[in-house]
Amino acid sequence: MTYKLKRRAMVFGAGAALGISTLMTSTALAAEPIKFGVVAHLTGPLAGGEAVTHTPNIEFWANQVNARGGLKVDGEMRPVEIITYDDKTNPAEHIKAVQRLATQDEVDFMLSPYGTGFNIAAAPIYAKYNYPLVAVSAITDQIPTLTKRFPNMFFTLGTTSGFVEGVRDTLVTMRDAGTIGNRVAMVNVADAFGIELADKARPMLAEAGFEIVYDKSYPLGTPDLSPVIKGAKNAEPDAFVAWSYPPDTFGLTEQAIIEDLNVKVFYTAVATAFPAYAGKFGAKIEGNIGAGGVNPDTPIMQEYRTNHKAVTGKEADYWASATYYSSLQVLEQAIEGVGTIDRAATVEFIKTNSFDTVIGTISFDENNNSERYWSVGQWRDGVFRAVADTGMGDSVSAVAKDGWN
Amino acid sequence: MNRIVTYKLAPGVLLLAAAAVLPLVSDGYWLSIATTAMMYIALSTSWALFSGPTHLIALSTGAFFGIGGYLVGTGMSDYDQSFWTMAQIAPVVATALALLVGLATLRLSGVYFVIFTLGLAEMVRNLVSWVQNNFLGSRGLYVLTDFTEAHIYWMLLAVAAVVFLAGSWINQSRLGFALRIIGNDEEVARHVGINTAWSKVILFMTTGFFAALVGAIVAPRYSYIEPNVVFSPELSFMVVIMALLGGVHRLWGPLVGVIPFTLAWEAITVSFPNSTTLFLGLSFLLIVYLIPHGFTGLFETMLGRMRK
Repeated sequence: MTYKLKRRAMVFGAGAALGISTLMTSTALAAEPIKFGVVAHLTGPLAGGEAVTHTPNIEFWANQVNARGGLKVDGEMRPVEIITYDDKTNPAEHIKAVQRLATQDEVDFMLSPYGTGFNIAAAPIYAKYNYPLVAVSAITDQIPTLTKRFPNMFFTLGTTSGFVEGVRDTLVTMRDAGTIGNRVAMVNVADAFGIELADKARPMLAEAGFEIVYDKSYPLGTPDLSPVIKGAKNAEPDAFVAWSYPPDTFGLTEQAIIEDLNVKVFYTAVATAFPAYAGKFGAKIEGNIGAGGVNPDTPIMQEYRTNHKAVTGKEADYWASATYYSSLQVLEQAIEGVGTIDRAATVEFIKTNSFDTVIGTISFDENNNSERYWSVGQWRDGVFRAVADTGMGDSVSAVAKDGWN
Repeated sequence: MNRIVTYKLAPGVLLLAAAAVLPLVSDGYWLSIATTAMMYIALSTSWALFSGPTHLIALSTGAFFGIGGYLVGTGMSDYDQSFWTMAQIAPVVATALALLVGLATLRLSGVYFVIFTLGLAEMVRNLVSWVQNNFLGSRGLYVLTDFTEAHIYWMLLAVAAVVFLAGSWINQSRLGFALRIIGNDEEVARHVGINTAWSKVILFMTTGFFAALVGAIVAPRYSYIEPNVVFSPELSFMVVIMALLGGVHRLWGPLVGVIPFTLAWEAITVSFPNSTTLFLGLSFLLIVYLIPHGFTGLFETMLGRMRK
């Protein structure tokens, strides 16, 4: 028994020492830091997406703000401090950790979590303590309902319908230009978001005059996707559209290369915008289309991408990375705009002002929604350029894919 | 006789009363820990009702819990049903499934059963995804209610109390006696005329019923239901570990396992946010090596030594 107690005491002692050392580094700075809390999926099914899109941006943002001396609050420059907890991609753990940040760590602000479900699960606690929740990785058609219920919640990355409309518009434009015909092969991952997108796409594509010549789904985590691609190939489509998750985005592309699926449009959804996608397939994915996209030509976006790489050592993805960074900029500008730590006032400030960010000017409508986002991108010379958007107006037109070479 | 019943009930009633006033004392951090703990108390105790006496490690909690959460999600968001209707339907569906699964697998012995239950959550998840994909479609499963954390806590507390009542009734009944015999030696049990298969199936159904009920109640806490989140194999393992930590040969065993585990888990999460999984593994090892019969076993050994 004593042995066990000792061991436990040692573990806790080590923990305390760790805590003290982090405390010391932060007190070395002049003013008291502003505390930002974030509950991240450091482990579990969503850890991959979190590590690409959120974590490096938080690191980069904190670095940029502190390099400037911090945020100007109550007349002095205060550095920012990030407190991170892991939720193991588990909603119960997530809720507990958000609650802990709010009431134990008493953080001044919180950064939005990764994933639609986690944003919505955490929203009641953010609302209870007046934390502004500028959601990014949350795509839903329920924005008005949700923001009515949680008036402190903001959306920046668009709606499910917006995403499908982006794909439809891309296909329509290419058909009208004579690049493709009417035949579309559509597949989806049989899981929440995949089913939802396919459900919306079916009537939307039919209405736009497309013929869905192949319509199949595959279970989440299917290791062998060759039957899916073979089936699509036999249907001889002009365009291939997959409402896919990260693992199958990679799997489908790999099989399409093996089977030499000859289509003018090859669309895969989540993770097509990841640098790792281009890293794995290189020039073979030239002309591939997918969810997301950015306008890489604005000086501010170029500066963002260069510095992101320099500070974190990682390439920013071509979709939600910049938007997530922008959400941090919104928060930062709102805090400085209010000029003091007052969360309710910060929520109000976000509602009524517009913000200059790396994706351009962001402002929110009466439903706390920013109707400015890129929805479809295309790989062109190693860059994933937006070819469809809502409210951005700077997309280029998509070109036909010319084989897998 | 009545006095004995009162003596047995009194501590339980006191604990229940103490637990019930918790939300009035703390409505923030401690309540959110207590809600999670209460969820595991209900799950682990009902799990131990079946797995305690039979020694069959069922890894099916995630499957039944998922059915509860998923049915509430799909009923409320796709069919405009009320939470209450769905919270009644879900456990009934899970019980029916437990009956089917039990009939198919409980004639098997030991390890086959364990392996089957491990796959069950995955199978059910794929099945519901398949049905949703091919027949129902989806608009995202939102469970938006006006429940606060305190409401959910009280509902879970009520379920936990019912689990304890059911457990103590079963322990004193012929069924409980039969299960203990089955657990000790199934051959003997069969020999003395116990219908071993049905006894196990009935208890398995009870476990399924409560797990689905807990899943249904927790759904509004999650607000948004994703099949791969509610049908989580991790949940099944957590329930087993907490029950084993407490000890499964007493009804109150899982209770004394869940509370220290939840608190220790919290301490680990706070101190080592980057390596919680590592510590989870270490604590599994420590439990198995140092306290194989759980806290209740430890208490009883110590009590026995003191008597000597």
